[in-house]
Amino acid sequence: MDTSAMMDQTGSERTVVTDEDFVLDVSEDIQTDKNFASQGFWKGVLTRFRNNTRAMIGLIIIVLIMLFSIFGPMLSGYGYREIVSVRIDGTDVVAKSLSPRIAGLHKTTGDPAEDAFADKTFLFGTDTLGRDLWTRVWYGARISVMIAFVTIFTDMVIGMSYGLISGYFGQTCDAIMQRFVEISNSIPRLVIVGVLATFMPKGVWLVIVALLLTEWIGMSKIARAEMLKIKGLEYIMASRTLGAKNLRIIFSDVLPNTIGPVITQVMFSIPVAIFTEAFLSFVGVGIVLPQCSIGSLIEDGFNNITTLPYQILPPIIVLALLMLAFNFVGDGLREALAPRIEDM
Amino acid sequence: MALLTLFIIMFLLFLMVRIMPGNPFPSERMSADAIAKKRAEMGLDDPILVQFGNYLKNVIAKGSFGKGSSLYNGAPISTVLPQCMANSFKIGGISILIGTLIGLILGIAAALNRGRFWDTFCTVLSIVGVCVPSYVFMIFLQYFFAYKVTIFPFYFDASRFLSSSVIPALSLSLFSMSTVARFTRNEMVEVMDSDYVLLAESKGMYGTKLVTRHILRNALIPIVTVIAPLVVDLLTGALVVEKIYGINGLGKLMVDAISGEGIDYNYVLALGIIYSALYILIMLILDIAYGLLDPRIRIQAGKES
Repeated sequence: MDTSAMMDQTGSERTVVTDEDFVLDVSEDIQTDKNFASQGFWKGVLTRFRNNTRAMIGLIIIVLIMLFSIFGPMLSGYGYREIVSVRIDGTDVVAKSLSPRIAGLHKTTGDPAEDAFADKTFLFGTDTLGRDLWTRVWYGARISVMIAFVTIFTDMVIGMSYGLISGYFGQTCDAIMQRFVEISNSIPRLVIVGVLATFMPKGVWLVIVALLLTEWIGMSKIARAEMLKIKGLEYIMASRTLGAKNLRIIFSDVLPNTIGPVITQVMFSIPVAIFTEAFLSFVGVGIVLPQCSIGSLIEDGFNNITTLPYQILPPIIVLALLMLAFNFVGDGLREALAPRIEDM
Repeated sequence: MALLTLFIIMFLLFLMVRIMPGNPFPSERMSADAIAKKRAEMGLDDPILVQFGNYLKNVIAKGSFGKGSSLYNGAPISTVLPQCMANSFKIGGISILIGTLIGLILGIAAALNRGRFWDTFCTVLSIVGVCVPSYVFMIFLQYFFAYKVTIFPFYFDASRFLSSSVIPALSLSLFSMSTVARFTRNEMVEVMDSDYVLLAESKGMYGTKLVTRHILRNALIPIVTVIAPLVVDLLTGALVVEKIYGINGLGKLMVDAISGEGIDYNYVLALGIIYSALYILIMLILDIAYGLLDPRIRIQAGKES
């Protein structure tokens, strides 16, 4: 009885609830929680990577070096094996061992062999044969970039499949495959190069084959460890129950989930590979003349270091920048892909 | 197990060197007859397994790796090797010692002074160490301290071993130093944040005793893991450093064997076996070191066997 009385009292002020009362109010700035808003995995990775200054610097350096290695040789107007010379009084004066200069800014020294090139630009100078070092350095950087791609290929194709297959099938298959890894791992890369050099001509291909034979090992270990971690999870069992074949489980169920450590490993193995190429070329097993790579340019510079120290600097700086950049990007990716609580 | 691995590696290397196309003799300068005679003399016409058996017998029984074909006028390799190994080991040993010691000290200093000077110094050093190859560092040292200012000899001189090994040892140790420093710092920081260190601190333990007994001991185990690849990198680095500095070592021998006009098969084979054996040996030592450092690993291994 009481309740009906109250109904009557408030009856006059009764409000009718309509659809308009449920429209989202967008006129004012509503405080939405942006910190803990849900976001996709890759979006999170991208955000974290972008916020990492060092990684971004590294990425910019890599892109710049790649661009320069493509367009750098064209900018100078000289060929990488072109010996620059000027005709004066009927004789050819070759631009041998010139210091770095920019056209128009060079002061005359009174030496005719030097002043003949006052109107030419050699940003890094020229080498002992009279070739433009700018062109040669960027031409050499092409080899380094190529080596980077070879590494990505070996890591992603050979290393990853090997590790995933070894980890997935386990037991005898795994044991045999792991013995093989153990043995290959015990042969230093240097020895492989030495043995290859006994029957292969020296050159880029020797370096590439040596990398193909050795580079996959590290990646296969990582891929195997990831496989062992993932293969026991329920969704793999579910996939098998639904009738998925082994290959499908390995490559389309497990592989996408291993991508984090895999990318990080690739990023870290690239500088090692570039370094290997540089040092093989330095030793004289890599690039053959008149081609050049960073390593062979450093060697040239080293041979003249006491008289022409500026020749060694450009290739060394490019090499160091490449190593630095890939390491920065690798670090950044590792942090972005697998953030730890303390980093957040 | 290690011996079996070594045996398989020896066989593989032997097979690769012998079976693959390629000619151990500079053919333009020798007639076909002379080559055939030389081949018979060296036993190259025997079946491959017989050849390998003979080779193995020689290596194990007499410690001889055969003769070189072009290097050192074909002197037996076993007479050249000991000197080279001694040189390489001395310099390699010194540099790994310097590298680990200074790296450890720097890493500890950085971890104890987090965010201050030593920490920054350690970070910068590890970046430099990673992106500057040892031979580049060596070239700089050589240029400034042996050419501009002549403190040290420009090339290696066996009669002045100490002063002339400073530059190569220092440049070789740069990489291991920076890696060890970085790892020590990170491991130390991780261990220092753990609960049991807090407990030890709250029980009144502090200073050196806390660092050496509780923090360092646990931080060392992962560090031992990075030293193994470092030693291998050292082998590679030593190759160029020895070549540049004119040190008569294993690395220089290897470079000479593969980069000359005629490639010296026997040297490549012998050095390949030695390098692999070294690697396996280092891994073995590391396994033992693990057990010494971490009782858990020792006990587990004991249970399994």
